[in-house]
Amino acid sequence: MDDIIKGKAFVLGNDIDTDQIIPAHHLVYRTDDEEERKNYGRYALSGVPEAASGLPHGHIPFVKDGWQSEYTIIIGGKNFGCGSSREHAPLALNIAGLKAVVAESYARIFFRNSVNGGYLVPFETPARLVEEIKTGDEVEIDVTASTLTNHTQGKTYALNALGDVEAILRAGDVFAYAKAAGMM
Amino acid sequence: MGMTITEKILARHAGRDRVEPGENIWVNVDTLMTHDVCGPGTIAVFKSHFGAAAKVWDADKIVIIPDHYIFTKDKHANRNIDILRDFVKEQGIQNFYEPGTPRYKGVCHVALAEEGYNRPGLVLFGTDSHTCTSGAFGMFSTGIGNTDAGFIMGTGKTWVKVPATMRFVFDGELPPYLMAKDMILHVIGEIGVDGATYRTMEFAGDGVFALNMEERMTLCNMAIEAGGKNGVIEPDATTEAFVKARSDKPYEIVRNDADAKYYAEYVFKTKDIQPTVAKPHSPDKRATVREVADVKVNRAYIGSCTGGKITDFIAAAKVLDGQSVAVKTFIVPATTEVAQGLKEQKVNGKSLQDIFVAAGCEVGPPSCAACLGGPEDTFGRLQADEVCISTTNRNFPARMGSKDSQVFLASPYTVAASALKGRITDPRDFVA
Ligand code: SF4
Repeated sequence: MDDIIKGKAFVLGNDIDTDQIIPAHHLVYRTDDEEERKNYGRYALSGVPEAASGLPHGHIPFVKDGWQSEYTIIIGGKNFGCGSSREHAPLALNIAGLKAVVAESYARIFFRNSVNGGYLVPFETPARLVEEIKTGDEVEIDVTASTLTNHTQGKTYALNALGDVEAILRAGDVFAYAKAAGMM
Repeated sequence: MGMTITEKILARHAGRDRVEPGENIWVNVDTLMTHDVCGPGTIAVFKSHFGAAAKVWDADKIVIIPDHYIFTKDKHANRNIDILRDFVKEQGIQNFYEPGTPRYKGVCHVALAEEGYNRPGLVLFGTDSHTCTSGAFGMFSTGIGNTDAGFIMGTGKTWVKVPATMRFVFDGELPPYLMAKDMILHVIGEIGVDGATYRTMEFAGDGVFALNMEERMTLCNMAIEAGGKNGVIEPDATTEAFVKARSDKPYEIVRNDADAKYYAEYVFKTKDIQPTVAKPHSPDKRATVREVADVKVNRAYIGSCTGGKITDFIAAAKVLDGQSVAVKTFIVPATTEVAQGLKEQKVNGKSLQDIFVAAGCEVGPPSCAACLGGPEDTFGRLQADEVCISTTNRNFPARMGSKDSQVFLASPYTVAASALKGRITDPRDFVA
């Protein structure tokens, strides 16, 4: 995990479930095959209804062509990542090049998967940023200070501290953490 | 201060006298379950971190139940089964329920119960969000991702944040037209899809203890639809009778302390609950069946870990016996044992299978089938703008296939009654 995470924001609403993040019929690709796994990036967020994809206006694909997205940080609402336990969800976002999600709250399995696999940094925000930030805004997260700055609009917001999971994210993933702690 | 069932089970598995909600603890795992969708990914994680030649921590504690994409020509899906087959051979894992053999079972959460893996006091992790189903047996069970599972595969351990317990008490037994599905849809409507995030949902009261194990599984199954980490029900004689018939392995009954502390307690009068649906596209969009009784449907689906057990099919058969369905109606037994039950169990002297066929339903082979859409050739999959009433657990956009479809979730009684009329129909018209 870097101390500073910056790039373009992609804005989504509440209850973005794992079927929207990566629709179930795409769950068949191998994750340990360099070429095949790119499909997860290619189809990341392809299940989001078009009108809700890239708020406030919608109709913006997360991945335009190929398997990489131009967006680095997702701004979400409540209950981000609800639904199935599929780790393909944070993995697909990771393969597409996403670094962090900033949401009001998470479904716990998505949160856990993001942390344990070190796929992305799941920040919680006390404020509802979905109505503040626009898709395409240039934003920057300062991990140590727990803040998010919107450079396009010149505003800074406080994020909740990462707390217990910061140690795992700093180590890289749960394996690196467990090795450092002498557990494996 | 006393502890809840969940706190006690987790404390014992962490080798501690007590734990507090919110603490992160490392626990020893009794059982790790995976299936065809997440198994290959879990194996890949395991091998990349523990080495290509590594052995799993305990071959007898790993259970692999392929169930999602079984009856399909999709080449990637079939390749996944091959990966599992090679892995169990290499590791000496006996608990493998291979498709295409007599050991094939079907939907993992129902198979776990049937095969005696669910026993009071155990800690079970599974790479499927509905792993919370097993909590019906007074054990701790929850869903995890592939990285977590790969870690457990190598170490037999994982970390958990101890959840605080929300208690849902049902006073009084169920009227004959109500099922566990109505109760849980009522609860989810009450607290919302994130109402129990990070928490345990415990179900109690004589309305719950009057239910058989399958119905209790339906309650715990949908804890995840309210964001819950696990569902749990205190074991009783019904639990023990079921477990003893399926397993001779030891178990430990764990109960709430009298002074256990709950995060919240909700008390419902069971008889006041109405037949309930969740409207598209979220399990918490609650309505009573009567409120949506004019909505036309053109598809009915009875199946899944939630609504594809023998109790569910007996309920449906009571409604469908001697009648004809007005819309395409798919019957998908969760497991091979349930499929066998369709032939053996009788309502009004006729087998369930005969009742369904005579009513014009299509009966498919046991698996998850269209519960989660799946490859295009999946049995019962929604391919266009169908409006489906279903006994499954999720109605997110595109969950059962096409993005243009709509899904109403309901009990087997309500789904069967609606199938007969072609519109959402109150089961009280059929079940006294
Ligand atoms: S039946 Fe549906 S909910 Fe249950 S395990 Fe299968 S896909 Fe998941």
